[in-house]
Amino acid sequence: MLDPTHIRFVLNGAETELTVDAAELLVDMLRGPCKLKGTKRSCDVEVCGACTVLVDGLPVSSCTTLAIDIDGKKVTTIEGLSQNGKLSKVQQAFLDHAAMQCGFCTSGMVLATTALLEQKPHASEAEIRHFLHGNICRCTGYVKILEAVKSLV
Amino acid sequence: MFLVPFTHHRPASLDEVFETLGRHGDDAAVYAGGTELLLALKARVLRYEHLIDLKQVKELSGIRVEGKELVIGALATHHQIANSDVVKAHVPAYAALSEEVANIRVRAAGTLAGNLAFAEPHSDPPSLLSAMDATLVLVSPGGKRAVPMRAFILSEFTTAREENELIAEIRIPVTAAGEGFAYRKFGHLERPAVGASAGCIMREGKPSYRLWFGAIGDHPLQATEIEDAIAGVPATSLPDVLPRAARDCAAGISTASDLHGSADYKQHLASVLIQRALAAACEAAQNKGGANA
Repeated sequence: MLDPTHIRFVLNGAETELTVDAAELLVDMLRGPCKLKGTKRSCDVEVCGACTVLVDGLPVSSCTTLAIDIDGKKVTTIEGLSQNGKLSKVQQAFLDHAAMQCGFCTSGMVLATTALLEQKPHASEAEIRHFLHGNICRCTGYVKILEAVKSLV
Repeated sequence: MFLVPFTHHRPASLDEVFETLGRHGDDAAVYAGGTELLLALKARVLRYEHLIDLKQVKELSGIRVEGKELVIGALATHHQIANSDVVKAHVPAYAALSEEVANIRVRAAGTLAGNLAFAEPHSDPPSLLSAMDATLVLVSPGGKRAVPMRAFILSEFTTAREENELIAEIRIPVTAAGEGFAYRKFGHLERPAVGASAGCIMREGKPSYRLWFGAIGDHPLQATEIEDAIAGVPATSLPDVLPRAARDCAAGISTASDLHGSADYKQHLASVLIQRALAAACEAAQNKGGANA
């Protein structure tokens, strides 16, 4: 029994309207109809952070969020960070510090970092570690990631 | 994993929620953050024909102080609680715990009420809320009733909540001058293997202590053996009696070896963590109930 619902939300700055099924997960809506493949599905149980997107500025796991629950909200994915072809400060810092290996966790790391700096522009190392502890880099490239984030505070 | 299709409802008032629940009975579940329910639905552990989103029900929102109690509405997320100036000022140890729940994504979406209603044993809030003597207000079409946190969780995933009841709010006594609380936990996974909560309450220079374990059993456990052993002992003399009492009590906890660790490892954690929690609670009590962590 499908339950199609019309939702309106702001996706990476653009007013967006879509009809989604009630049981559709945000990660599937983004990677499917929205064609935004930068959001990665990995653990599927809110633990790893690869599917992180920002909803009204806060990180959420898109693997465990209903698409209909973003009705009326602002969603930012990794594709929404660069402006006019210019990388955001966080993206540029990750690039400058080679803060990625396979890259699968990078979207989530960059978005979580973006949310952290919005809340705490001068976060301490302890605050950075605490905020990012829920984002797993399975290549274990944490030293470079930490260096990149520390360069921004 | 994908969800089995369901019909979604978004009521705007409690009356509407109960009307929808009444119509669908066992086939319906309520949710707010969805951080617990959606996992269970994806894993096909639970299945419902109807999901009722509570997020538009204004009666369930808000964080405020009423008299000597902090009142946390059922829709308050862990992130909102952790960052609330009201919570930080009046029940600082609980604000600190909220900041340590799971990860930022779960804190941003998940609610305290949802966490308690789900009653997953490996959870942070219940032991500290028990030590703080918090109360849950449950609402049903018939009215409201208050249930002490200590009596709410019956066993794993089982609570005193009836099927036609919702958690409306969580009421926590404001931490007064001369009182201190603290929570300590450890685990290798996202959820705590063991949690320990302590309260130190000074009245006319005499201390009393409240000690609770979380996550190690299927519901929060009061450490009455330790409480009895240290009753009336001044905080400065605790090192003489606490280590042995904590060790003996922890060794007697019935727990199973599982993903979180072997039984004796978890008992060891319980002994260490309860001592650390109590030391922090005593320090906070000396600071007149401020700066708990």
